[in-house]
Amino acid sequence: MTTATSKPEAGSKSSTEKEKWLHAYRQMVSIRLFEEQVNEVYTRALMPGLAHLYSGEEAVAVGICEALRVDDYITSTHRGHGHCLAKGASPDRMFAELLGKEAGYCRGKGGSMHIADPATGNLGANAIVGGSVGIATGAAFAAKTLGTDRVAVCFFGEGALGQGSLYEVMNLAQLWKLPVIYVCENNQYNEYTHYQETTAGTILGRATAFGIEAASVDGQDVRAVNDVATRLINRARTGGGPAFLQCDTYRYSGHHVGDINREYYRSRQEEQVWKTDRDPILVLAKWLIDQGYAEAALLDQIKSEVRGIMEAAVKFAIAAPYPSVDEVEKHVYA
Amino acid sequence: MPERELTFAQAVREALAEEMRRDSRVCIIGEDVAEAGTPFKVLSGLVEEFGAKRVVDTPISEAGFTGVAVGAAMTGLRPVVDIMFGDFITLTMDQMVNQAAKVHYMSGGHWKVPMVMRTTLGATRRSAAQHSQSLHAWFSHVPGLKVVLPSTPYDAKGLLKSAIRDENPVVFFEDKMMYKLKGPVPEDDYTIPLGVADVKRSGDDITLVATSSMVQVALGAAILLEKEGISAEVVDPRTTWPLDEKTLIDSAKKTSRVIVLDEGYGRYGVTAELAAVIAEGGFYDLDAPVKRMGAMHVPIPFSPPLEDATVPTEQTVFDAARSMCKPS
Repeated sequence: MTTATSKPEAGSKSSTEKEKWLHAYRQMVSIRLFEEQVNEVYTRALMPGLAHLYSGEEAVAVGICEALRVDDYITSTHRGHGHCLAKGASPDRMFAELLGKEAGYCRGKGGSMHIADPATGNLGANAIVGGSVGIATGAAFAAKTLGTDRVAVCFFGEGALGQGSLYEVMNLAQLWKLPVIYVCENNQYNEYTHYQETTAGTILGRATAFGIEAASVDGQDVRAVNDVATRLINRARTGGGPAFLQCDTYRYSGHHVGDINREYYRSRQEEQVWKTDRDPILVLAKWLIDQGYAEAALLDQIKSEVRGIMEAAVKFAIAAPYPSVDEVEKHVYA
Repeated sequence: MPERELTFAQAVREALAEEMRRDSRVCIIGEDVAEAGTPFKVLSGLVEEFGAKRVVDTPISEAGFTGVAVGAAMTGLRPVVDIMFGDFITLTMDQMVNQAAKVHYMSGGHWKVPMVMRTTLGATRRSAAQHSQSLHAWFSHVPGLKVVLPSTPYDAKGLLKSAIRDENPVVFFEDKMMYKLKGPVPEDDYTIPLGVADVKRSGDDITLVATSSMVQVALGAAILLEKEGISAEVVDPRTTWPLDEKTLIDSAKKTSRVIVLDEGYGRYGVTAELAAVIAEGGFYDLDAPVKRMGAMHVPIPFSPPLEDATVPTEQTVFDAARSMCKPS
């Protein structure tokens, strides 16, 4: 077991490093502002169904997906918008999917909890907690069998630690040395219950019991996440086998947009501390400024550009047509 | 030259071997599928030919390795998973019902899951309540899955080859009591399309629609009926989905009387669905209500005389058919 909580070396002020982290900043801002628009669209009753926001957890998706290739695979969760964006999905087609429109990634048939995109290796978000652990492990099995050097990342929340199928596939992955990374996004709450009330023992102990390489990281620090993810992904890609990465993070919103009155399971004060002291976007912004890689004005400009993209994406989705009703029986079978 | 005969198990094995030779993406995943060749010895010899990379032994983790097969099917392999006893499909339900069956639809047609699950059904093996059920109705209920029920060695080979070549998740139920049944099986590379029923015996007075294990029972009953001057037609749908409704309805219209036989539980089962299809499509040509015969609605008991009472037999089918054709 290794613990990677130390920050990576500051490094030289090379333009490559500057570009890399400015890009990561833009990606995290994209997720935050995408979710702000989701909240807005949802509360205006323009979005059917459920909306589970990823705000607060951006450093996990971005830190990990920035260490992946476009042809690597991910599986995602009901709280999956961040993973999709970080893997390269386009906000306009995502919003179209959220509104059930034909231009959406799944022709409107999947919705918020099921966005999938072969072009970016996204095997799909999954609305069964722990439901995609088999799929991600299977993608790694195929990669190994077919002799490609692709890696699969399985994102799941700490709530999935209660599902037995996770342990079945972790056992298989370690026996077969599969290139899969199990990323446990510990946002502290299984829906409305603190994870300590549902989780015996330790989180990493579950992985080490199988002999799986395990690490934990501050999930609010995108550079730290990226550093350890890069190591684990390269290790998996070169035959080193699976890994388990615990990312400690925080879900700013309720379990879903409608979960407003949540003082019975967590305090506003606790939420405020995470938002003020450990916000992943503020943490990276401060570092970029400290390094001299950016001034506040540049970061504001990025936010403003991204906001424009998100507003345009929403406008596109609202204007886009619904699928024709004769679409309902298409794609049941290939 | 006499026709070559194979057992049902040999026909299944031959289909797998031919498909594995034809397509390097086809692999087998399951418990004791390699050197052991499964407890039924259906897969004996395959690991020797294709190696452990393509005939993959797993831990006893049905949900885990079924999930792995779903992901592997989405990303370039064509896995055939082996679920030793059909009763164990309960452990794979999320992977099959919420994942495999829905991936293609939920993704708007972008991802496909070309996998096969082979498993067993059938009672009277003295295996008691958790190793004897015929649960194919469960998967037949789910859009996105196809369900195959071969009843002869010939059908087993041709249908399994089609299942492996299909782009969708297909569940293939083998009657474990039928593994030693012999029948003609050509050496050719033939396939039988999914969704085409087969008239196993032609007749005029009554139609016996039968699946899997019940096809042999129906054929036996038909011989008994013939001695009474009753001509029974035996129709095997071969797949519960896709379902060849036309062949069933045409036969019902021709004979005007129908018994539907299936080894699953009767209530809310395959017999109910087939009877409804026939009633909806052929009501005005029927001379009697469609009769259903399935497993009794009890957990399968161990004690032999009790177990034997739970499933239709040649005699009970004969009695039911005779009373429909010649009311006393």
